[in-house]
Amino acid sequence: MKTAVVLLALAAALVLQTTLSGMMVGGTIAVNLVLVAVIYLALAYGAVSGLLAGTIGGLVQDALGGGIVGLGGMSKTIIGFAVGVLGAQFNLSTTVPRLVMFAAATFVHELIFEGLHALIGGRPFALRYPPALIQALVNALVGVTVFLLVERGPDAMQRRRSGRGTFDRKRF
Amino acid sequence: MLDIRKRTGYLFLAVMVAQVILVSAQVQTKTGSKVLQAVTFELFSRVQFGTASALDFGRNGWSNYVALRGVRGENEALKRQVAELQVRLQQEHALAARAQQLQGLLNLQTAAALPTLAAEVIAGNQDSVLRSVTIDRGTAEGVQADMAVIAPGGIVGRVIAPVARHAARVQLIIDRNAAAGALTERTRAGGMVVGAEANPPLRMELVSNLADVKTGDNVVASGIDGIYPKGYLIGWIARADQGGGLYRSVTIRPGVDFSTLEQVLVVLVPPRAAARGEDVK
Repeated sequence: MKTAVVLLALAAALVLQTTLSGMMVGGTIAVNLVLVAVIYLALAYGAVSGLLAGTIGGLVQDALGGGIVGLGGMSKTIIGFAVGVLGAQFNLSTTVPRLVMFAAATFVHELIFEGLHALIGGRPFALRYPPALIQALVNALVGVTVFLLVERGPDAMQRRRSGRGTFDRKRF
Repeated sequence: MLDIRKRTGYLFLAVMVAQVILVSAQVQTKTGSKVLQAVTFELFSRVQFGTASALDFGRNGWSNYVALRGVRGENEALKRQVAELQVRLQQEHALAARAQQLQGLLNLQTAAALPTLAAEVIAGNQDSVLRSVTIDRGTAEGVQADMAVIAPGGIVGRVIAPVARHAARVQLIIDRNAAAGALTERTRAGGMVVGAEANPPLRMELVSNLADVKTGDNVVASGIDGIYPKGYLIGWIARADQGGGLYRSVTIRPGVDFSTLEQVLVVLVPPRAAARGEDVK
């Protein structure tokens, strides 16, 4: 079941990411949904799921992107593993710590990814900080929203349904 | 029995070592892991095609029903425009005939129109490492690596390997690793247009400080790179400053609006011939 959730979440993130990118080819898209999925899975299911999700998601994204296959995989594996370990050590069950975790993990991911590229590609380290920070913020907002939807969505639906039922009974 | 979940550190190490080996293989050979790349691309392009079709279905539904308000007025305006254009077309025909006569006198050869194939953009990649789009045409339709891709606005980019049966990846001209031989239309000053991570996203290098270039000049492909057909618009000069050394600092605004790229044309001519403007039999 957990494996199915991991694979489904990654596939959905990949499809959504490439579709969004396709609609905004020339501009910049300030969200990395695959990374959001990796961090989410690491926080929700632990370090093993995080690192496997990072590996699979990163490798597929690399293969689709046309660059060196493995660089994104490595950076996402590190992030998935680290977030999973930190998630087990600290209480990250409320919104603010999760927001911080998503933002920090995204920024560190960008640092690692650019660092690896500089190392392998033999070019100077050139991380563009404003876009990286914006992506960290957007990823954090998307990630926290996903958490809220998954955790509170079913309850809210249930309350809405039962509330409507009471109203119906009272009125009729 | 070893429970892998209790040995997370080992698993992490194994996965990282495997990926380091994978990366090393590619860096050493430059062609490593092509099979993985090709297979993943082939499989995922089908998914991307499905998603793009679903989106198109929704978009068409909207534009064919909801967005048809005001079409009558638009139709009238277009009819007037067509009438004006017909008159202008006649003038252009007259000018073209005159130009043809002059061309014959000068013994110049007419460049044949390039055969092209219309393709739809089904996905894009915003990665700073490679700015690319995926199109829904592949080897089955005759698309090969290094074929030029154009749009009504000008040059879009070139097809890069691997090319799947019904999909291909196009490296955009604004990618930082893309380059094209170019010259200004007005003064024929030559140079090389390269992608830049800036706004505007193109730069023209190797333009001499002595060359006569100015803001607004059209920049077209020179064909010297062997990929892009000669004379096709790349963009226009947004800024041209005197450089410190031998060359000017020239930035170019692309002719193609990459943010609204939906349909493109693949030039179905082997790269070297396309650049010379030759037709294939």
